[in-house]
Amino acid sequence: MAFRLASSPHNHSGSSTSNLMRTVILATIPGIAAQWYFFGAGNLIHIVLACMAAIITEAVFLKLRKQPILSRIQDNSALLTGLLIGISIPGFAPWWISVMGAVFAISIAKQLYGGLGQNIFNPAMVAYVMLLVSFPLQMTTWPPVSEITGYELSLWDIFNVIFTGLTLDGHTAHQLMQNIDGITMATPLDTMKNGLAMGNTVAEIQTKEQFSWLSGLGWEWINLAFLAGGVYLLSKRAILWYIPVGLLGGLFVISFIGYLWEPDSVGSPIFHLFSGATMLGAFFIATDPVSASTTPKGRLIFGALIGMLVYIIRTWGGYPDAFAFAVLLANMCVPLIDYYTQPRVYGHK
Amino acid sequence: MSQYRDIIYQGLWKNNPGLVQVLGLCPLLAVTATVTNAMGLGFATLLVLVASNTTISLIREYVPKEIRIPIFVMIIASFVTTVQLLMNAYVYELYQSLGIFIPLIVTNCIIIGRAEAFASRNKVLPSAADGFFMGLGFASVLIVLGAIREVLGQGTLFDGMDLLLGDWASVLRIEVFHSDTSFLLAILAPGAFIGMGFLMALKHAIDAQLDKRHKAQPVIETEPVVETESSTS
Repeated sequence: MAFRLASSPHNHSGSSTSNLMRTVILATIPGIAAQWYFFGAGNLIHIVLACMAAIITEAVFLKLRKQPILSRIQDNSALLTGLLIGISIPGFAPWWISVMGAVFAISIAKQLYGGLGQNIFNPAMVAYVMLLVSFPLQMTTWPPVSEITGYELSLWDIFNVIFTGLTLDGHTAHQLMQNIDGITMATPLDTMKNGLAMGNTVAEIQTKEQFSWLSGLGWEWINLAFLAGGVYLLSKRAILWYIPVGLLGGLFVISFIGYLWEPDSVGSPIFHLFSGATMLGAFFIATDPVSASTTPKGRLIFGALIGMLVYIIRTWGGYPDAFAFAVLLANMCVPLIDYYTQPRVYGHK
Repeated sequence: MSQYRDIIYQGLWKNNPGLVQVLGLCPLLAVTATVTNAMGLGFATLLVLVASNTTISLIREYVPKEIRIPIFVMIIASFVTTVQLLMNAYVYELYQSLGIFIPLIVTNCIIIGRAEAFASRNKVLPSAADGFFMGLGFASVLIVLGAIREVLGQGTLFDGMDLLLGDWASVLRIEVFHSDTSFLLAILAPGAFIGMGFLMALKHAIDAQLDKRHKAQPVIETEPVVETESSTS
């Protein structure tokens, strides 16, 4: 009787890249829905645009590299990259922003490095940084929450803003960002940064209308929704807990120290945890299996490094939010982190 | 004559200082935001390279081997100073926009590299030719990269050419497309790195094509290899 010998792993859970990516995409739905509710349908349009651009670019590059096109696209990784770009782009940004970002992410940050599994930087974040550095004006057109502006925009209006720059009534994106009194509304993180620079205290700034009980009006719910999606991912074991815990822990500890030190001139830990891209980044961006660290201890360090960098750049840097920069900087450290955190092989000293 | 043909081929293509030796990256990446800047620095480097190669070749018999590098550096530095003063006098605005990168030509590895690898071992005329074609190879990479970055970044070509060539040259400015927002990535340093990477890839692709065509035909003559070098920067 002959035994068939196969190499390890002998027990396979049946998961594949395609299924994993699909789970992650499903888990973003609560967050996207919250964004839709508070900021209008702009992000939905950008998500569609970015996903289409990402998939077309992926197909073109696979064709150029003479690789199987259909099976590679079905791994859904390009779709996820496009989705993350679409989520992170401001809702009133012009259409070419998301298209350009997705094309840049797939072509330069992913395929030029060798395709899926080879990229050292997170493609969506490379694209985001490229857009933020190149087009600062367009990348700050976050719509204010409709409770502040006092009017609802129809889907058709938002569609027109994205594709022509004007609504049907001829308002520009920057006019749409004004409140009833005609003051342009920045995001809570931006308002906090500018307010502190002008010498106000945190408590004074938080009396403004963009702020609410946890952090910013609307932003807290978006972050909670992404947190819920992240918990779903953890329960499905699509991601491991090390990176999110390290990241949120790192951000909490450093912002808590800063808060104890100078409670008037830095945001509270809760404000930082539920502002901007924190939850989206902790569960969906930093956990990218390709560009993140791969050892258990390394993942904790990687996450904590991102958390601390986010706080440092938010507090002292030039931009209001810092997730993309923090993730890219941490990506650079991954080879070093992995080198020093190799787990002990059983039986060795 | 075949020696000169080889010098031309080495300088402009096979051993191109920008694309193959990857020397002088600092000015190459820093000043190529527009064609005008690229051309200004490219020609300044070309001038210094020809002059230093010629001089070093003339004195190559009398320079003690042990202290040749300081001597080369002094010769190069004096030519760079001359070029700097000339630019200060005649193209003042370009001189201001290139700033520190003109004096930094002294530290450009191409110049000391060619002095060490070629001029100190060859006769005057080949050395001058080597300086000229290496400089031309470097300048052409600068100009091509400058053109790519200028078109992508601000949608123009030859913008500010009057700084280099006098007032008449402002008619050379071509507006390829009009845009209200400049593409900052192309103008900033990352755009230079990405553009440079694409240029190198393009050169490899052309070389691979040529190789394929060359292999298809029977080989008639083989080029003699004059020198092999490994210069560091």
